[in-house]
Order: sequence, then C-alpha cells, then structure tokens
Amino acid sequence: MTSEVRKIIGLHGGVLAILLLLQFVLPAYHHGNLARIMVLATYAIGYNLLFGYTGLLSLGHALFFAAGLYGMGLGMTQLGLSAGGALLLGVLAGATVGAVIGALALRTEGVAFMIVTLMFAQAGYLTVLYFGAYTRGDEGFVIQQADRMLWGFDLSDPSNRYFAAFVVFAVAFLAPLTVLRSRFGRVLIAIRENEERAMMLGYDVMRYKLMAVVLSATLSALSGAAYGLLFGYVGASFASVQYSIFPLLWVLLGGAGTALGPLVGTVFMFYLIDLSSGITTAYMLIAGVVLVCLTLFAPQGLMGEIRNRFWRWLP
Amino acid sequence: MDFGPYLMLATLEGAVTAAVLALTASGLALVFGVMRVVNVAHGEFFMLGAVLAWWVTSWLDGYAALGFALALLIVPVMVGVLAALADVTVLKRLSYDPERTIVATIGILYILQQVTLMTYGPDARPVTPPFNTRLALPWVEMADTGLSLYWPWGLSITSYKLAVIGAAAGVLAALWLLMTRSKLGLMMRATEQDRDMALAFGIPVERVYALVFGLGAGLAALAAVLIVPIQQAHYLMGGDPLLLSFIVVIIGGLGSLPGTVLAALLIGLSDGIISVFFSPTLAKIMATVLVALVLVFRPQGLFGASRA
Repeated sequence: MTSEVRKIIGLHGGVLAILLLLQFVLPAYHHGNLARIMVLATYAIGYNLLFGYTGLLSLGHALFFAAGLYGMGLGMTQLGLSAGGALLLGVLAGATVGAVIGALALRTEGVAFMIVTLMFAQAGYLTVLYFGAYTRGDEGFVIQQADRMLWGFDLSDPSNRYFAAFVVFAVAFLAPLTVLRSRFGRVLIAIRENEERAMMLGYDVMRYKLMAVVLSATLSALSGAAYGLLFGYVGASFASVQYSIFPLLWVLLGGAGTALGPLVGTVFMFYLIDLSSGITTAYMLIAGVVLVCLTLFAPQGLMGEIRNRFWRWLP
Repeated sequence: MDFGPYLMLATLEGAVTAAVLALTASGLALVFGVMRVVNVAHGEFFMLGAVLAWWVTSWLDGYAALGFALALLIVPVMVGVLAALADVTVLKRLSYDPERTIVATIGILYILQQVTLMTYGPDARPVTPPFNTRLALPWVEMADTGLSLYWPWGLSITSYKLAVIGAAAGVLAALWLLMTRSKLGLMMRATEQDRDMALAFGIPVERVYALVFGLGAGLAALAAVLIVPIQQAHYLMGGDPLLLSFIVVIIGGLGSLPGTVLAALLIGLSDGIISVFFSPTLAKIMATVLVALVLVFRPQGLFGASRA
C-alpha cells in the first residue's frame, strides 16, 4: 500500500467516522439537518460522477431525483409496496429514466446537451403536475409513519433516520471512490480530458458515457427515494428546475471531480441557505451570487483549490 | 359562441402572444447568433421590463397614457444598460466559454429574480393600458338571404391588443433594417461570422458584444412593457417567456432572425388554438418534449453551423 493510498483511506474513512460519531453530540436541530445533508450529498455525488468525472454538464438531474422520489412514493400509495420494495422501485425508475434520457441526450453535446436535459426535466416536472390526481401536484403527499418501517426500523425516529441516511451516504461515497479507481473510472476521466483521444484509443465512448449517465441517475434516484422515505414527503417542487440547479451548485462549490467536494458543497450551501432564509424570503439570491462568484473566481471549487495548493493526492 | 367565431378569437389572442414572443425570442436569438451565448437569464430581463414598467408608470399616477409612453421609452434602455453591465463584469471575464456562461447566467437569473422579490415584493401588480377601446368583430353566417354579417356576443378585441401587434411588427422591421442596412448591423454580422477576423479588421468586438447583449435584453424588456397592461407584473413571470423563447429559437434555427419570427408566429398562434383542444399543461409537455427531440435528432439545421 503506497503512502498516497493510505492517506486517501485515512481521510475518507475519517470523514465517515466523524459523520457517524456526530449523531451523538449534535443538538436535535443540526442532527436533523445533517441527516438531510447526507441524503442530499448522495444526490450531489451522483451528479459529480457525470459532471465532475465524465465532463457532462446536465441541467436536468431533478428528473432522476424525482424519478426516485415518485417511484418510491407512488409505489407505496398506488401499488401498496413496503418501504424496501418502494425504495427499490424508486432506484429502478431512476435507472430506467436515466437510460432512456441518456440514450437520447447523448446524441448531442456541449450546450445542446444542457438544453436537452433541461427540457426533458421540465417535461418531467409538468408531467408530475399533469397527473395531479395521483401526485397531488405542488401540494404533494405525506408518507405515513406506519409505512416508513424498513426491516423493523421506524425511519421517522431521528436516530434511525440519521443512521439510514449515513448508510445511504456511505454507499454512495465509497462506490464512486472505488469505481473511479477501476478501469471504467479511468476511461470516464479520459473522456472528460479528451474525448477524441479516448475514441481513437478504441474505447466505445458512447457506451461509457451512457453507463455514466445511468450510474449517475441511479445514485440521484437513490437519494430521491431515500429523501422521501426518511422525511416522509413527496412533492413536485423536488422535480422543478431549482432541484436541477442545486446539485450543480453543490458540486461546483465543493469542487467538481473530487470525492469530498459534493459533501463539502452540500454542507456549505445548506447552511448558507438555512441561515439566510431566517433573514429574508429571497434566499435563492445567495445561490445566484455563489454561482456567479464561483464561475468567475473559483471554477475548481473548495476541494479543487485545496487539491491545487496543498494536497495534490486528493482523489 | 359558435366554433368559427371562437377560433377567430383564439387566433387573435394567439397573434398577441406571437407578437410579444417574436420580440422576446429575437432578443435571445440575436445574443446566441452573434455571441454564441445561451442566455438563461433572458426571461428575467423580460420580468424586469414588466416590473420597471409598473414602477415608471407609478411615478405619473393618473396620467396612464403619459406614464406608459415614458415606460416604453426608458425601460428597455434601463434593462439594456443593466444587461450590458452584466456582460462586461461577468460574461466577458469568462471569455464567453459556452458552458461557464450558462452557469453564470443561471446565477444572474436568481440574482435578478430574488432582488426583485426583495424590493418589489411577491405581489402581481397591474399597469393601466394607455387606451383600451373594445372593438366588436363581425362574423359571417348563412341567412335566408345569403351570406350576411353579424356581431357575435363576446367576439371582440381591444384596441390596445391591436396596437401591441402593430408595435411588435414595427420594432421587428426596424431590427431587420438595423441588422441588414446599417453599419452597426454590418459590424454585428461580421462579428457573428468570424470574431477574430472582425477584430483584425478593427471592429471593437468587445463593445459589439456588450451592445448585442444589451440589445437582446432590451428587446425582451420592450416585449414585457407591451404585454404588462394585459398580463400583470410579477417576479416569477420570467419562466414561461424563457421556455417559449427557447422553443422558438430552436425551431426557428438558432440565431436566424426571420426563422425566429416565423417560429414565434407558429408557436404563438398554435398555442392559442391548441389550448382550445388540450389542457395547457399537456400542450406544454408536448411542446417541450418535441423541441428536445428536434434538438436530439435534427441538430444540424437547427442548432449551430448552418444559418439562414
């Protein structure tokens, strides 16, 4: 084991250990927040896989998040599935939507890819509103406490919920970390760095990109399904453009193409918005200012800057 | 009302939508055509136009026509200057990199929208139209004596709506003249064709960019001033015009002015007529998916290189 690998394991294992231990010391309010942040960071990790590592900027990830959320929620209310089955249905829904949208949208690139994903997500949002009879539109629906039992654990209980959020996050956190060190991950990075060269070297770029979209959509859907299950609410606002912009914001802030970036970005942005929404209703102003400043001054994000200046080994 | 007069009414209302949409979308098309920048904040410049129109007319309370004329003159300039400032302070510093400018304009979108929410507030506010005579319209029917005209109840349009259509047509014609007949237009077209070559020939490309970005935003603001007496000013009103403008610009062939106007007519008119048959949400879903598929399967003629 090289010293670099040891450092990587130490840092990321340490982060996980801290997250696991924090639940015993945090006051109730921040305890709940951190559970929420870990689920949302899973979404950011899914986004980062596509944006940070493969270099594809999607403006429509809310579609995948919502596929998980509604796959889970409607699975429960309409099909009468148990929590575990509904969660699985949500993740499968996300993977399927990811495969379809990926196969279509990947025919375009650059700006057109961004617009196409944005349009599909908008169509998805409108579809949720259109089937208001089942989805209850903007108002959304609540998942009853009785339905939020997974393997005998009541997920509405704060410490169970925290632990479940931690498990979801840990899976999402570790999976890309190992995937990206594999051959598959290296091809993705090669595509980001120079697509034509990857193609010349004989890699089926299209297939790799599609796999990246599906994997990214699956993680986003896992986050969506877990969010609905853990916090007991399914609503159309999670399918809106805003929820496509959020993961972009988190990843840009934390550092695209870094393993810790999504978590760091989500924590920062969550608390920035949480603090400012106490002062004004126009809390999205913060999001706008941060976006503009990041593109202008720190396109690498927080962890990217740290990697450039101090820890060159950061994955 | 019978179906015939009803369809005519839908067409007339559609023509108003189309006129305003043509103005808004041609602003977006201009910016994309010359600068290759996808301006996601375009809808917010539209919203600013409406909100500022309310603000300017509120100075001259009681003189609706005068206040409106003033708004029509200065609001597009105000929004245009603001947009040019955004171009110089943000977009220029990103060297107009396509992906980063999209992210930056998303940021600008939220900044404009939320600052409006903080200052103007969450209410929708009306602007009094400068004139608003109701004009009844005739329809033909078969009577015993042959064809005859009658005035069906409810088939009417206001003089203001007709003026909106006329004004939009006039502005578009002026824009067309500016682009094809003036020296400024020549500079814009040169920049559009080859930025570096234009620079080599002494065209101040950066100033042209700032001007084009301001002009594009100004067109959106002008469209909003025209529509605000019909539709109230609200801080979230930018979403729909943005989506529709995207659709129009993509269908019309990105950056092409005549194509954009034609597509705006098509979309605006069919919007009025389609909503007779379908729910507006379903119509929007179909339009969005269709346009996304156009981009996926026919990007060559509609997105990028070839331009009419």
